[in-house]
Amino acid sequence: MGRYVARRLLQMIPVFIGTTLLIFLMVYALPGDPVRGLFGDKGGSPAVIASLRHQYGLDQPILVQYYHYMKDMILHFDFGTQIASGRPVTDVLSEAFPVTLRLASLSFAIEVVLGIALGIWAGMRAGRFADNAILLVSLLLISVPVFVLGFILKVVFAFQLNWLPPNVNDSTNYNELLMPAFVLATASLAYVTRLTRTSVAENLRADYIRTAIAKGLPRRRVVGVHLMRNSLIPVITYLGTDIGALMGGAVVTEGLFNIQGIGGTIYQSIVRREGTTLVGLVTILVLVYLLASLLVDLLYAVLDPRIRYA
Amino acid sequence: MRGAKSAKWVAIAAVVALGATACGGGGGDKGSDSKAAVDPAGKFSVEVGEPQNPLQPANTMESNGSIVIKSLFSQLVSYDDKGNIVYVNAQSVDTKDNKTYTVKLKSGWKFHDGTPVTATSYVKAWNWAAAPANKQTNSFWFSDIAGYDDVAPAKGKPKATEMSGLKVVDDSTFTITLSKAIPYYVYKLGYEVFSPLPESFYKDPKAAGEHPIGNGPYKFVSWAHKKQIEVAKFDGYQGPDKAKNGGVLFKNYTNLETAYEDLKSGNVDVLRQVAPKDLPVYKSDLGSRAVDKAYSAIQTITPAFYTKQWKDINPKVLQGLSMAIDRATITKTVLQGTREPATGWVAKGVLGYEPNVGGDVFTYNPTKAKQLIKDGGGVPGNAMTIQYNADGGHKEWVEAVCNSITNATGVKCSGDSKADFQADLDARDAHSVKSMYRSGWVLDFPMNANFIRDLFGTKSDGNTSGFSNKKIDADIAAADSASSLADSEKKYQDIEKELVNYMPSIPLWYYKVNAGYSDKVTGVEYAQDGDPILTGVQVKK
Repeated sequence: MGRYVARRLLQMIPVFIGTTLLIFLMVYALPGDPVRGLFGDKGGSPAVIASLRHQYGLDQPILVQYYHYMKDMILHFDFGTQIASGRPVTDVLSEAFPVTLRLASLSFAIEVVLGIALGIWAGMRAGRFADNAILLVSLLLISVPVFVLGFILKVVFAFQLNWLPPNVNDSTNYNELLMPAFVLATASLAYVTRLTRTSVAENLRADYIRTAIAKGLPRRRVVGVHLMRNSLIPVITYLGTDIGALMGGAVVTEGLFNIQGIGGTIYQSIVRREGTTLVGLVTILVLVYLLASLLVDLLYAVLDPRIRYA
Repeated sequence: MRGAKSAKWVAIAAVVALGATACGGGGGDKGSDSKAAVDPAGKFSVEVGEPQNPLQPANTMESNGSIVIKSLFSQLVSYDDKGNIVYVNAQSVDTKDNKTYTVKLKSGWKFHDGTPVTATSYVKAWNWAAAPANKQTNSFWFSDIAGYDDVAPAKGKPKATEMSGLKVVDDSTFTITLSKAIPYYVYKLGYEVFSPLPESFYKDPKAAGEHPIGNGPYKFVSWAHKKQIEVAKFDGYQGPDKAKNGGVLFKNYTNLETAYEDLKSGNVDVLRQVAPKDLPVYKSDLGSRAVDKAYSAIQTITPAFYTKQWKDINPKVLQGLSMAIDRATITKTVLQGTREPATGWVAKGVLGYEPNVGGDVFTYNPTKAKQLIKDGGGVPGNAMTIQYNADGGHKEWVEAVCNSITNATGVKCSGDSKADFQADLDARDAHSVKSMYRSGWVLDFPMNANFIRDLFGTKSDGNTSGFSNKKIDADIAAADSASSLADSEKKYQDIEKELVNYMPSIPLWYYKVNAGYSDKVTGVEYAQDGDPILTGVQVKK
């Protein structure tokens, strides 16, 4: 087990270097210069532009820039400086991450609790009315775009019923985060429901379940332990990758509800060609993805006794 | 997987793109229309985005930072809504030869930390900002001052740290010597770049950018990044535009739609702009609290004169193209009344603005348009493109303009989309625009010279089209060396009339502020640069 984890952690190193280099090169390939962009339509003093470019190392070859960036990041945990504001990227990140983390965990909780509960319910009643109803609802949730759903919820719950505030002004207020978290969770929620439903329905017919029932085990134990453990494997796989998507892919939802999180920061860094900020953000997202997938693989062993890591 | 980019990003990008060039231009006090009881200590909130730069006066070029800077710093002069000079921190700014200006400061002015505002506060601040080592984005604003080239040479190491043109005479007097005479120089002094700085600034300019200390009507309280910036009324303020409220909360919004929703649900008080999505309804939603007013900015399309197509074009062709654009219909339909058809190159609200400069050249007339293009030898290739940035909400009107041209004259026209503003700028700087490009200009200072000299002089900063005309250059030089401000204004008016014969660009329309405010506040007015005048806002009890 320990050796397996160590091996997985070592594998992360090339992935980490590869992704950061790729992002760095991609930002570099985009037309437009972040320093020139600061000056807008009117242009600026060439001396100032040159000295700003020099300060941020933009006058050096791309691989040299990458080398310096990685050196600072690994040795000093220094992610560089944001070009426009002159603030350290670590500051920018430490503002945006807690916000996104709160939003993502809230919507992850909604997704797990509601998704798995609905999935089990539908799976146990496969082919019956409840199953079909849930199928229909999940289909609807998958097909409605996020911004449409967000807009409808806003109109209904904020403007007509006045139950919830329409936008997030204080990101530590979970009351304000509830609506965006739900919107963010919907699509994944539907996938989780359908995955759970299918594997529950399938496993219900499996031999080991019949054996468990024949042994005279109470129904709660058959469903709660025997059925669930096996049925959750595909769901856990999906949830693992979804953590990463929730963290980084919330651009639309964040914009819709005025949440100043990772998604919006990524979007702005791309628009302003802020390579350093972007790579810093993506690096952390890559780490989140890698750790989540490691966690998922380890969970397999817990869920399925047949799986062993040597 | 999570949905495509939605329209709101386009909107905010439009604001960013516009904001990148937003500049000075304060405004005079307006009489308030308050009927309800007013709370002089009440605070109100304004929608802004996160400022891109640290809050240093010479380092703020975009609109989010500049509205905050304007509340914290006062300059020597400001302008009223007709573009006339109002003295703020200056007692007087005198000149005999338009080259050496003597500035006398009002007495008793203090910074927010209690230190006095002296002539040194100004001179030292300007020298600091001009030095390339300090990397202030607006440093080239000091380039008119004698000795700037020694402090910030285009190439090589600086030869001096102080501009020879700035001299402190005594505590309340200093002189500015320019490298050549400019009769309207006093207008430039109203821009935020020309703010004074307190002694404490130089100890740690970076920290001062996070916690600025100015001499303006408000003092800085706090800045919670990406949440809000709070400023409070400065009781020791001596200027004419004393705050009529207790302070301002600059609330951070990532897009205009959410800000508008918050205005309706009472979470924010003053907006700077309404999102395109809400334009059709905002007047019925807000009633008398909806704002619809022209401000001093203009949208144009400019031929790239360095291309084969437009190099030796007969201006008649450009006049014809101008007459083929149905401005009245496009502004009404596609742009939903948010613009006003242009009738000249100088925007409204600016000293020297004259209505209807170009006569019928700006009026839609397909028959005459066809005739003019034919007389001028036709559009080379009988096709043209208009380059624009796709992230700025320009696509719709570019297409409408193109359709209008094609329908009226048969010249093929299509949009040439660049992914975003940066890519668009890149192409313009590199002189690789294929045919025409979209361009815009927001005033730097409210005088017609700003819309002519800075765009159409052969060597002007804002001239990216390669337009070059000896007669216009000579006229500009003559207007710059005019004996008085009024004379210079007159000469620039003559140049504007002359431009019709050369067509350096095709003006389309003037921008309008489409904004609104909550029922908690009254007396909300908007200045020439489109920003609300914060000091005049009154908060109801």
